[in-house]
Amino acid sequence: MIYLDANATEPLRPQARLAVLEALDLLGNPSSVHSAGRAARKMLEAARAGISARFGARPADLVFTSGGTEANHLAIAGLAAGRQVIYGATEHDAVRAAAAGRDGMVLPVLASGEADLPALAERLRRTGPALVCLMHANNETGVLNPIAEAAALCHAHGARLHVDAVQSAGRIGFSMQSLGADSLALSGHKLGGPKGAGALILAPDIGLAAQIAGGGQEQGRRGGTPALPAIAGFAAALEAAGDTTHLAALRDHAEAAAVALGAIICGAGDRLPNTTCLAWPGRRADTQVIALDLAGIAVSAGAACSSGKVARSHVLEAMGLRDLAGCAIRVSLPWNVTRPDIDGFIHALTAHSARVQAA
Amino acid sequence: MIVYLDNQATTPTDPRVMAAARPYYESLFGNPHSTEHDLGRASAEAVESARQDIASLIGAEPREIILTSGATEANNLAIKGAARFAGLAGPRRIITFATEHKCVLESVRDLGAEGFEPLILPVRPNGLIDLDTLEAALRTPTLLVSAMAANNETGILQDIAAIAALAHRAGALFHTDLAQAAGKIPIDVAALGIQLASISAHKIYGPKGIGALYLRRRPRVRLAPLFSGGGQERGVRSGTVPAPLAVGFGEACRLARSEMAQDSARISPLRARLADHLHALIPGLIENNAAAPHLPGALSLRFPGVRALDLIGASPGLCVSTGSACTSADIAPSYVLSAMGLSPLQAACSLRLGIGRFTSAAEIDHAAQMLADAFHHLSGGAPRQPTSTSHLAEA
Repeated sequence: MIYLDANATEPLRPQARLAVLEALDLLGNPSSVHSAGRAARKMLEAARAGISARFGARPADLVFTSGGTEANHLAIAGLAAGRQVIYGATEHDAVRAAAAGRDGMVLPVLASGEADLPALAERLRRTGPALVCLMHANNETGVLNPIAEAAALCHAHGARLHVDAVQSAGRIGFSMQSLGADSLALSGHKLGGPKGAGALILAPDIGLAAQIAGGGQEQGRRGGTPALPAIAGFAAALEAAGDTTHLAALRDHAEAAAVALGAIICGAGDRLPNTTCLAWPGRRADTQVIALDLAGIAVSAGAACSSGKVARSHVLEAMGLRDLAGCAIRVSLPWNVTRPDIDGFIHALTAHSARVQAA
Repeated sequence: MIVYLDNQATTPTDPRVMAAARPYYESLFGNPHSTEHDLGRASAEAVESARQDIASLIGAEPREIILTSGATEANNLAIKGAARFAGLAGPRRIITFATEHKCVLESVRDLGAEGFEPLILPVRPNGLIDLDTLEAALRTPTLLVSAMAANNETGILQDIAAIAALAHRAGALFHTDLAQAAGKIPIDVAALGIQLASISAHKIYGPKGIGALYLRRRPRVRLAPLFSGGGQERGVRSGTVPAPLAVGFGEACRLARSEMAQDSARISPLRARLADHLHALIPGLIENNAAAPHLPGALSLRFPGVRALDLIGASPGLCVSTGSACTSADIAPSYVLSAMGLSPLQAACSLRLGIGRFTSAAEIDHAAQMLADAFHHLSGGAPRQPTSTSHLAEA
């Protein structure tokens, strides 16, 4: 099996696996005051310190959640009071659902896939106080938004900026300060940690309304016993995540071969080093994904969500690529990808193209 | 030797649970929603098999199980979700009880700010819900009643079938927090008339970070989700299902179901042994939960004249608590015991002990000795200087 669907989930990093197993062995509820509880609390706070430091934040400004979806929702529901929500047209469904539920205003993207900043400025001038939601990197194309510029616009207009950094964290370097974000959503399993933990990081002194009421955990911002094994694995994975330049070289190699076989790259500008979105006009994505699956190669036709059904991509439609929206496959390289993996992918792609052309 | 008697706060992970989950932390790492490829499908199948085991533990169908991050989220989802779906057009009253878990009380109170009418009923001195009071409260049209099956501090078991029947007769939905009861006593959601129920994995030797909401299908109970997105879990709970945690949860449920009788048969005598030892060593010791049925492993003990926090401080080898783990850093006395009519001082002198699957007789004997030594050390000398709980002294 050649795994090229890292944007759905990254393989667990060995450091994260060790941390998970260690945490599963550790008895104790982090909220308990006895020795077992204190040991669990120590592990929890070490994870909080490590993750927050990576993004230039204070430990007290990090709220652990069950994952990226909850973190995005917590940010939007918890920060939107009295503010007009504005969100990018290519955001993840978690953000789109939370924003749409609050009569959010859609911000178009350019053909490159990047947020339309002049349009943002115009909306910010028209609305009162706003909460702007922009993803750092898109999950389907890897396209990076001009977050720092967007943040400057937002702050000039008294708006807050929430950034969904689920796909970029651990893959490229940044901090709360470099982005200018007021809140940042993260997911453990998208950076090589286990599923079941994520985080919302807040800029200093930003108050947040809790959405899951409970026993006062996470400073009253998120109830429930923290998922310690998943959280410890998240911190260990982030610590292990580093240089990704080798991914860009392998991605470019795969991409060049695909282009030679007639592919169009959707969103070829500034983007994540591990992602390419490839479309062949007139060739259905689901057929292609099935053919690759049969050849032992895991790619995807879009976001991995509820149904396994291939819906037309709202991301490509928003980029003006309506005709390609059902024809694109997402190839996303995991941290442990190898050159033979990429060669195997190119081989299978070449064979499939030959069959399609012969038919 | 550290003796862990705080199995209501969390339980050790059963080695068999770790063994079951482990492959999903290794080669089988796929996203269970990536059904376009083999690795995703392997994850999805494992999640569905776990869902079957979770459902079987409480007599539900797999399709009635919504996976959440834990019982706190499940309780929030059940209570807020049912109320928000129903809206303010119909009955607005939401009834719960003074001894419920904090997350249930807070969820119900939160709904007050959304226009609903929370009503928190008292319990009787024995810890049981007063059915007559509930029946009277239900004369006002009511949207939802939420009552826990087993209390997290006292282990006291409510008559869920009777409470559910009263709720249904009044046309209200019925939710129960099963976080402490599931896996410890037999539960059949259909026989008990339960429409919504919450469970937690880490209370039954599974991993932290996963739980479930039982959502009855026939007739169908509908909820507004707490958060949306990818539409996972039938659109009721979005977010990638953590497959390794789900597999661990499923195994924990399977083990709880097949070993419930033998666990109880081992734990009940250990509880009696601990109580007997302590009664012999500490004259005047009182069991707060003696007047009502309770979980096999649960003890709530009141130590004459000695504060529980001082006892804990004087027994570093023992892991026990004064009450719910969530609030264990609080110095306020237990609201659960206060609701049963204990004075603040009586509540402050009470300790919660929970015996579990991995507790041995030797540990029980050692724990009893540690507690008795601490008690005599603390009560034998001069009157204790007031500690952080000194504001209770005059109470």
